[in-house]
Amino acid sequence: MIIDVLKNIARFLILSLLQVLVISHVPLGSHFVLLPYVLFILMLPFETPKIIVLFASFVLGLTMDAFYDTGGMHAAACVLMGFSRTHILKLISPREGYDNVMKPTVQYMGKTWFSTYALILIFIHHFVFFYLEVFGFSEFFSTLLRALGSTLATFVFIYIVQFLFYRNDKISI
Amino acid sequence: MRNLISFIYRNHFFFLFLLLEVSCFVLIIQSRSYQSTSLLNSANSVSGNLYAAVSNGREYLLLKDANLKLADENARLRNQLKSSYDILPQKVFTINDTLYRKKYVYTQGKVINSTTNRRSNYITLNIGSDQGVEKDNAVINTDGVIGWVKDVSPNFSTAYSILHKDPKVPCKVKKDGSYGGLIWDGGDYRYATVIDIPTHVRLIKGDTIVTSALSDIFPEGVMVGFVESFERKQGDAFLTLKIKLNADFKKLNYVYVVKNNSKLEQDSLELIITKEEEKKNK
Repeated sequence: MIIDVLKNIARFLILSLLQVLVISHVPLGSHFVLLPYVLFILMLPFETPKIIVLFASFVLGLTMDAFYDTGGMHAAACVLMGFSRTHILKLISPREGYDNVMKPTVQYMGKTWFSTYALILIFIHHFVFFYLEVFGFSEFFSTLLRALGSTLATFVFIYIVQFLFYRNDKISI
Repeated sequence: MRNLISFIYRNHFFFLFLLLEVSCFVLIIQSRSYQSTSLLNSANSVSGNLYAAVSNGREYLLLKDANLKLADENARLRNQLKSSYDILPQKVFTINDTLYRKKYVYTQGKVINSTTNRRSNYITLNIGSDQGVEKDNAVINTDGVIGWVKDVSPNFSTAYSILHKDPKVPCKVKKDGSYGGLIWDGGDYRYATVIDIPTHVRLIKGDTIVTSALSDIFPEGVMVGFVESFERKQGDAFLTLKIKLNADFKKLNYVYVVKNNSKLEQDSLELIITKEEEKKNK
């Protein structure tokens, strides 16, 4: 339990630093903005209390805002993402429910489940974030395009990271 | 009232979500207004220091680039300095004289590189063939003999220092004109050796040694140095003098390059003798 908490705190720090120091310097053009720090919210254990998820998302968003000078835009998007996560998990739960040894990764839950889970949540986050960034609907379609493209970019990045760092966790079913 | 509380309690997750979102929007609105400064900005102590540390780190990676740019800029600025322009030493002039023939032409130059600690030392001058310097011109300064020109380029020339292992400076004792040859056997740049001074010369410490007229390079009578000590080596018919050079080779600055106008004529005449000697030897 304590180890899980520490692991998540470490993930929080590493992903924040990675996002701020490295990823934000990757030039992919304005239509593919990488925001893979949301992996933290995706990777929170299934049994995490939903209020904790909400607060963790909020703090994560505030941290990003502090670095990117975006007021509370990341925080708003992250809180919505954390809120949605609970419902999305319910929606796409396997027939026998989640059990304690399971983790929300490709290796544990399979490609289809993880892709659905990640794509929906990342899109919610990015959609909110990019519209907040524009602060209006005046550039509706170009913003939508940015949100979609960035969702794809972030998803691909996160998917690769999963294979890079969680290979050893795999259990044979 | 109780119903309301129980309603909120039942949906506390949703209300918490709303509360957080509202506070986020408050933050956003606040950060967008010009009047108030944003509570969250990258100038706070955590993110500001992190960004400062990262930029420090990045500076190290970019040092090479920065150095290159600064060096370029320095070079450009130095090029604009007055000290990077030389006054052209065009101080050569000729006089038509029916009684006297001008033999030596003096050109003023500056030593821009010199060594004293090698066995054979060289000097670089800031004047070259464009200023009239030729191979085998003498290099002297107000203190005495410095060397002779080795190679010339349009605007520079290199010269043998007399601190060299091949002796080329014929000299004489000033007071009675006995001939000798100057050599340098390495070591101290302040001292040199004069060999082949006849034994009958009555020398004392401090006698002046000057260049002799036997040279087709150096004008006669240019200061070389002062006798420090002298000895007659075992089985040697001549005296060997240790002299203190008058010119300070560590402080070379302005020098004169001396061109001998009659050198070519003298050389070609002497060459005939050399050739005849060679023929005889065959």
